[in-house]
Amino acid sequence: MPLYLTDDQAMLQDTARGFMAGEGAIAKELRHWRDKACKDGFGHALWKQFAEMGFTGILIDEAQGGLGLGHVEAGIVLEEIGRNLTPSPFLITAIAFVEAVRGTPHADRWYPGILSGDAVAAVAVDEGAKHRPEAIALRAERSGNGFRLSGRKQFVVQGASADVILVAAQADEGLTLFAVEKGAAGLDVEGVRLADSSIGARLTFDGVEVDADAVVGEVGAGDGALSRLLDAGRTGAAAELVGVGSAAMDMTVGYLKQRKQFGRLIGEFQALQHRAAHLYSEIEIARAATLKAQQLLDEGSPDVEAMVAVAKAKAGRASQLAVQEGVQMHGGIGMTDEYDIGLYMKRDRVLNELFGDPGFQADRLARMKGY
Amino acid sequence: MSESFRQETRAWLEANCPPEMRQPVRDETDYCWGGRNAVFKNEAQRQWLDRMAGRGWTVPDWPSEDGGGGLSPEETKILKQELARIGARNPLYSFGISMLGPALLKYGNEAQKKRFLPEIARGEIRWCQGYSEPNAGSDLASLQTKCEDKGDHWLVNGQKVWTSYADKADWIFCLVRTDPAAPKHRGISFLLFDMASPGVSTKPILLISGYSPFCETFFDDVKVPKDQLVGEVDKGWDVAKYLLGHEREMISGMGLGGQSGALGEALREAVTADPALRADVARFDVDAMAFRAMSERFIDELKAGRAHPAQPSMMKYAGTELNKRRHELVMAAGGSDALEWESERSRKGKSAREWLRTKANSIEGGTSEIQLGIIAKRILDLPGA
Ligand SMILES: Cc1cc2nc3c(=O)[nH]c(=O)nc-3n(C[C@H](O)[C@H](O)[C@H](O)COP(=O)(O)OP(=O)(O)OC[C@H]3O[C@@H](n4cnc5c(N)ncnc54)[C@H](O)[C@@H]3O)c2cc1C
Repeated sequence: MPLYLTDDQAMLQDTARGFMAGEGAIAKELRHWRDKACKDGFGHALWKQFAEMGFTGILIDEAQGGLGLGHVEAGIVLEEIGRNLTPSPFLITAIAFVEAVRGTPHADRWYPGILSGDAVAAVAVDEGAKHRPEAIALRAERSGNGFRLSGRKQFVVQGASADVILVAAQADEGLTLFAVEKGAAGLDVEGVRLADSSIGARLTFDGVEVDADAVVGEVGAGDGALSRLLDAGRTGAAAELVGVGSAAMDMTVGYLKQRKQFGRLIGEFQALQHRAAHLYSEIEIARAATLKAQQLLDEGSPDVEAMVAVAKAKAGRASQLAVQEGVQMHGGIGMTDEYDIGLYMKRDRVLNELFGDPGFQADRLARMKGY
Repeated sequence: MSESFRQETRAWLEANCPPEMRQPVRDETDYCWGGRNAVFKNEAQRQWLDRMAGRGWTVPDWPSEDGGGGLSPEETKILKQELARIGARNPLYSFGISMLGPALLKYGNEAQKKRFLPEIARGEIRWCQGYSEPNAGSDLASLQTKCEDKGDHWLVNGQKVWTSYADKADWIFCLVRTDPAAPKHRGISFLLFDMASPGVSTKPILLISGYSPFCETFFDDVKVPKDQLVGEVDKGWDVAKYLLGHEREMISGMGLGGQSGALGEALREAVTADPALRADVARFDVDAMAFRAMSERFIDELKAGRAHPAQPSMMKYAGTELNKRRHELVMAAGGSDALEWESERSRKGKSAREWLRTKANSIEGGTSEIQLGIIAKRILDLPGA
């Protein structure tokens, strides 16, 4: 498969680009909800529109009412989300959650709501400040014909608005995923606003009782579903980061062509030209790595994990470079809230942290390679 | 001699630095800025300022007749070491001390020194810096704020931007154009005036950190007494540049970071489980500790008159880039805890807001690019630079 978009994919890109730049624009969505101190951090009306566009069913099989497309297509939508910093549950609900429950009864239960844009799902993996999925400690003890969950989760994006939360827990048999519905007794949900104005939740499970059918897949066999979730989530976050970085770069290059000092456009200074050109190279490389990871995911390749780590790390670093250079090259105006470049810096930070930062991914790659 | 000064200083600090003032600064409200409408967070803060100012130790190396401590470079260094030893807070944050004072000491006339320096030393007047304009940032010398000679006063009209704390400051030191016909560096003058003068107004600008410490500042027919111009008319650029050297020296201090400058110990818990982060932090610590040595060397050379005049540019560049890296690492180590923006737990997003604030370090006081250009031109003497 060539490592560029097919004609169909390019068409989807046009559609997503137009839609997101219009309906999902920064002034219309991010600033609007932020300035209203919205408790969800995103707009439900836009989520409905995502559904009407078919986006929410992008990874859901046609037989189940979705578009039956893959991670390349999901990434196309995510890149546009990144470009416009559009707040939405898309990455977590339509990508990570959908992938994790695929082929289980939970898919039948939740896919219809996701397809219609009524349901929001969240995934609860992290328990400390850093992403450490190998150290999940939330306990799942047998109780009656179900389980009792005890422990804590944090950085559960959209956890405060979710109808269902996928919780990674330790049962006696090993790692197990549970689908816990909103309002479960003993579950405390504290919504916390993050730097990018999205809402992450801290969850406390104080003996939350769930039925046996809350288990996703088999008890003790959660590793497979969790790694599908994380592969999809990381690849998706990489695509969104490519969008964040690209837009920050475009804004900055635009500014270099417009701002004058010393009687010249600042873009005439070679010191800035070379850095802009370097940034362009990094973003292009990150985009290639991300597309490769998406294609390998869609092919079900056994080599996918390493490329996912590479994509998430590389896209994270490239986007970080873009926002840092972006603020710096804007000078004073780049530090103002009124100007959008700082919003990209905040989003970049959160996405870099989500599902493991570049250092985590590099370390993971090293382990996979046996060093 | 220096040993007895050290003992004496240590004893005085022991007796006079209130315990509260030996606690690390927690947030912005712990900074004391002085001024006509000074807000003291507590009695200890007021006491600490009064006692230090009483000895002239807010500005230990200024001459005593100007409100300073009259200390030698050696003694000044000892005092700083002793302050650091007990973790004492800076008694007074002041653009008057770090920027205007040195310029007045060099370029001010006797009357101006008498009038302004002691009140700067005591923290009675809070100053702001009116340099940048919308179209004069890096190219500062292209500034357009107009200043006309009206016989018995100056008349100022124009606009400044990014004026830090203009809304809280009592006075401004301001660059104005007195000769629009002259080449751009030659028609500039350095003016001091009261922010309460009729015709001065400010409009705060919100920063990405969510705070608004800086402003747009407007001058609409502001009358300024004739004796408030520093140095010679049309020769303000020399004063401006001299002041910038001191500003850059001050900003380079950002590179030092708290007590030791190194990060590793504070982040130990976060980094041990994360080999990549640990390596990044260790590399940072090497640079941070080396920078501390550079900073000590720079100050010693500066006080001995041995530093290259453009060396503050190198220090400002290195120190601010280092500080940005420090805060990137603090964010990385803090993980999703550090992303919280409003919670009490995160002290209302302290880490994230400070991290964002550091991004301005390499912009304010002249950008990193401008500093590198100065190094290339004035120190390396590169062709065409
Ligand atoms: C937090 C903060 C506080 C500040 N406080 C004050 C204050 O109190 N008083 C005051 O007067 N000013 C203040 N400033 C303003 C500051 O001094 C200016 O922002 C700075 O000098 C840059 O000017 P500018 O913003 O116009 O950027 P520009 O000059 O437009 O620069 C834009 C970009 O172009 C680059 N560039 C420009 N020229 C060149 C060149 N020749 N070669 C290579 N690159 C170049 C710059 O480095 C920058 O990356 C403050 C700024 C900030 C962010």
